[in-house]
Amino acid sequence: MAFGLGLLNGLRYTASRVVKTYIGDFKHLGRRYDDKLFKERQSVRGSGIFTVQYPEERLVPPENFRFIPFLVYEPALDENGQPMMDPATGKPVVGKLRCTACGICAKVCPPQCIWIVRATTPQGKPKPQPAEFYIDIDVCMNCGLCAEFCPFDAIKMDQVYELAGYERHVSHIFDLRALSKPASYHAQIHPTDWAREETERKAKAKK
Amino acid sequence: MSQEQSQTPSSLITSEEEWLADQVRRSVWTGPLSKFIDLLDLIYNWGRRNSIWPMGFGLACCAIEMICTSATRFDIARFGMELFRATPRQADLMIVAGTVTKKMAPAVVRLYNQMAEPKYVVAMGACASGGGPFKEGYNVVSGVDKLIPVDVYIPGCPPTPQALLYGLMQLQKKIDRQSIRDVPWYRKGISEGVPEPILGPDLMDARRLEEITALAANPEQLAARAVQFHKPTKGEKKE
Amino acid sequence: MAANAPAVTETQMPLNDPQVVAEKIKTQYPDAVEAVSAQGIVLKKDRLLDVARYLHDTLAFDYLNNVTSVDWQDHFEVVYHLTSIDRGGAPITLKVNTARDNPSVPSLVPVYRGADFQEREVYDMMGIRFEGHPNLRRILMWEGFEGYPLRKDYKEPYYEEEKKPFGSRWDQGYHVFAEDRNPWHDNVQYPAHLDALAYKPPRESVPVIEATQAATTRLRTDKIILNFGPQHPSTHGVLRLKVTLEGETVRAVEPVLGYLHRNHEKIGERNTYLGNMPFTDRLDYFTSMANNLAYAITVEKMLGIKPPERAEYIRVIMAELTRWQNHAAALGFLYNDLGAFYTPLIYALEERELILDLFEATAGSRMMCNYMRFGGVARDVTDDFIDKCKYLVNERLPRRTDELEAYMAKNELFLARSKNIGILPRDLAINYSTAGPVLRASGVKYDVRRAEPYSIYDRFEFDIPTGTVGDLYDRFMVRIAEMRQSIKILKQALEQIPPGDIMTGKKNYQVRVPKGEMYGRAENPKGELGFYVVSDGSANPYRYHVRAPSFINLTALNQMCVGHKIADMIVILGSIDIVMGEVDR
Repeated sequence: MAFGLGLLNGLRYTASRVVKTYIGDFKHLGRRYDDKLFKERQSVRGSGIFTVQYPEERLVPPENFRFIPFLVYEPALDENGQPMMDPATGKPVVGKLRCTACGICAKVCPPQCIWIVRATTPQGKPKPQPAEFYIDIDVCMNCGLCAEFCPFDAIKMDQVYELAGYERHVSHIFDLRALSKPASYHAQIHPTDWAREETERKAKAKK
Repeated sequence: MSQEQSQTPSSLITSEEEWLADQVRRSVWTGPLSKFIDLLDLIYNWGRRNSIWPMGFGLACCAIEMICTSATRFDIARFGMELFRATPRQADLMIVAGTVTKKMAPAVVRLYNQMAEPKYVVAMGACASGGGPFKEGYNVVSGVDKLIPVDVYIPGCPPTPQALLYGLMQLQKKIDRQSIRDVPWYRKGISEGVPEPILGPDLMDARRLEEITALAANPEQLAARAVQFHKPTKGEKKE
Repeated sequence: MAANAPAVTETQMPLNDPQVVAEKIKTQYPDAVEAVSAQGIVLKKDRLLDVARYLHDTLAFDYLNNVTSVDWQDHFEVVYHLTSIDRGGAPITLKVNTARDNPSVPSLVPVYRGADFQEREVYDMMGIRFEGHPNLRRILMWEGFEGYPLRKDYKEPYYEEEKKPFGSRWDQGYHVFAEDRNPWHDNVQYPAHLDALAYKPPRESVPVIEATQAATTRLRTDKIILNFGPQHPSTHGVLRLKVTLEGETVRAVEPVLGYLHRNHEKIGERNTYLGNMPFTDRLDYFTSMANNLAYAITVEKMLGIKPPERAEYIRVIMAELTRWQNHAAALGFLYNDLGAFYTPLIYALEERELILDLFEATAGSRMMCNYMRFGGVARDVTDDFIDKCKYLVNERLPRRTDELEAYMAKNELFLARSKNIGILPRDLAINYSTAGPVLRASGVKYDVRRAEPYSIYDRFEFDIPTGTVGDLYDRFMVRIAEMRQSIKILKQALEQIPPGDIMTGKKNYQVRVPKGEMYGRAENPKGELGFYVVSDGSANPYRYHVRAPSFINLTALNQMCVGHKIADMIVILGSIDIVMGEVDR
């Protein structure tokens, strides 16, 4: 056995990969940022260039992906039953937050990054609404336990990960306004969960 | 920051706009060279932002996401950052990826000091930004910005490779906004660097030694500094 | 097999029952045993070394799993877990009590070398001195640190309340930065009347060893101590090595740990049981599913619940996928250390990315999965997952395993650099308490999935690959073989997975574990991951200790590196496959 054949055998693999990626590239000449092709390339059955050309191409997070939590609110409805849009922000007007300030998410959070102040009526009795709600995303470990154990489907895990910034003492403390997102957003990013929750809610409402 | 240029004697300023224009003239380098400086900035920043060489400073779990970012799928080489230098002397960027512990703090500061200007620091992950889930620990520094100045914070635990790339793009935007008129490394004088923290009975920041000694000798003053948090009792009303 | 095997009958008897072992000890040392219970054998402090020697030599308890300590507030208790490699089965527990003032216990290092780092950690965290230990210094904190952190009366600087959940977060939870609550405005606390300006840190200890000079040397050589600092491209994280070199030959290696000590155990005592699950993700951050599994089976043993069938199969599938991707990444980094800079690593990382995609689609995160719960798993797997997994397991993973082997197995450079380098002989491997591929490469056929089967591993057919010599090449080949065995188990599990529930009982975040203790262990890709949990009946653990395989495997580093060149030391370190999140916890 000649000395060096093992080396050449290893180099064979590298060479074959180079060839394969060029073949893959030429096969799809001109369709660089095609969505369907991108999905195929990134799946288990893909071959060829495996690179995600961020930011032109983005890997869409799967439904279960969890990043920072957000609070779900039901939008305010106008007289036709359609959600009213706020002209300033382009988002639905807040009708009612689903959160009742029960505090289970704050209790179950492992690093204790959720602070909740329960609202009170003018007489001083507690109201099932949060007056203030803070999440420190520099302490949050994206575990998702808050969303898993919320009994009112009020806090869910968001999928926005492009949160980098130049300072952290103000912008990394998410308050009630920053955390609230409409239920339509929740339905958009979690379709199967939304369908399951709606059937459960309707079944409970029937009883 | 003023340069030698025409300065209006104060007796000739009659209105607010003139005063403002005079201040701008004193502080900002304007004039026929200004357009040339802008062009120079463009080329200078373009070269710098497209070939940032990070220093491999992976401490913990975020380091694995950093390695995945430099692997084939999220190819950091497309941004010009594939060359992770082992030594700080040749690096431009220190991506602090992972929890900074007190035992590691002197090493972090020493490496920061050994980097040559222009240098940038990216705090990747919740631990490097603000202590992360381990913030309550006795051996954890609550955020690397307690030790060294940070340019970009990337939250997440761990931030996905796409989040890291977004953060690096923010850094590139920051570099684009810099100008050679006012960058710190063209100022006169040598930058001293950050003094290294000392590992004593607990981590001691070398910039606060007198304060520590004074407070340690005065327990009442020390106790008064702590902001008391409100521990609720049952049935208590909100004030 | 065992070096000095006494009469067959004695060592083959089932010796996992503490009563049986206690009787045997009493025959030899009548006054040594103080008490016996299902939780273990309490020994008298001064007889500990004799009993340990008796257990090691006569009863063939040759493997020390775990050394840890518990602070019972009026006394300390040091806990040992021992197993026998040949007999297998559950470990027996030995306990020794010592007083709260000036606590000290005889060291077991003369009998079990693997107790070295673990006893140093107990000294560092609890302040218990070990008499006879060759090198009793702090290991995770620095020399000069004040306080013994895991004692119950030690309050860390950001101390808020004894146990979570904290009352300050709800009902009247106004956000306060933890820095503002602390009087020093930082995560520090100093003793009273500290003179910070005049403080001089203690001198760094320098290893002193006697080097044997060669008989004929034309050159006058001298020893230098080289610091492989915490920041180094090849130390797999923040590991610091003090290497005593003579020329280019390594004479001694001393690891300095603690640069990533994130107080997992102290935080674990404040957390609830469920709250500890995401923290176990961050121990060995490559194998978060397997860490979750080990913790889940420990607490489930204490609760006495078993997950349903589908959940068991899902757990095995996730654990074996984790094993494959961990070994692929470990081999990739090993090739990196050898000098094949980056190319085989990125090829190995490709398949790992596809597996992480599967994890992300099921559990929610690529690396920090937080997937197992007490009584099952958090989310169900879809048919899409099964389909993709089957494709991976049948097509891509075997191809990639063959490729990873074919790159290097016949490569002349690799063979020259790895054959007979870093040899760890069989009896030393057992004595140093190494585990996982490091132990199996030295010829010891010991795998926790066979010795003390957990989950449903007793239903699958798989082999335990072992090496012969215990050198670098064997560790490499054992990992490749284990990747193939993982694929075999995955094929069986994917065929047999039944439909059904994924959780026993209802979703519950207030888990109350009955009073007691448990040492639960699982075969992680890096070795035996053990969780020692002591419960006092409340919703938070009383004591929570992690037996980290990478930490204990590092004890053998000195043994393996002495006499080799410094370039070999890097590769030997890579072949032990350590992860600093686990070493320092």
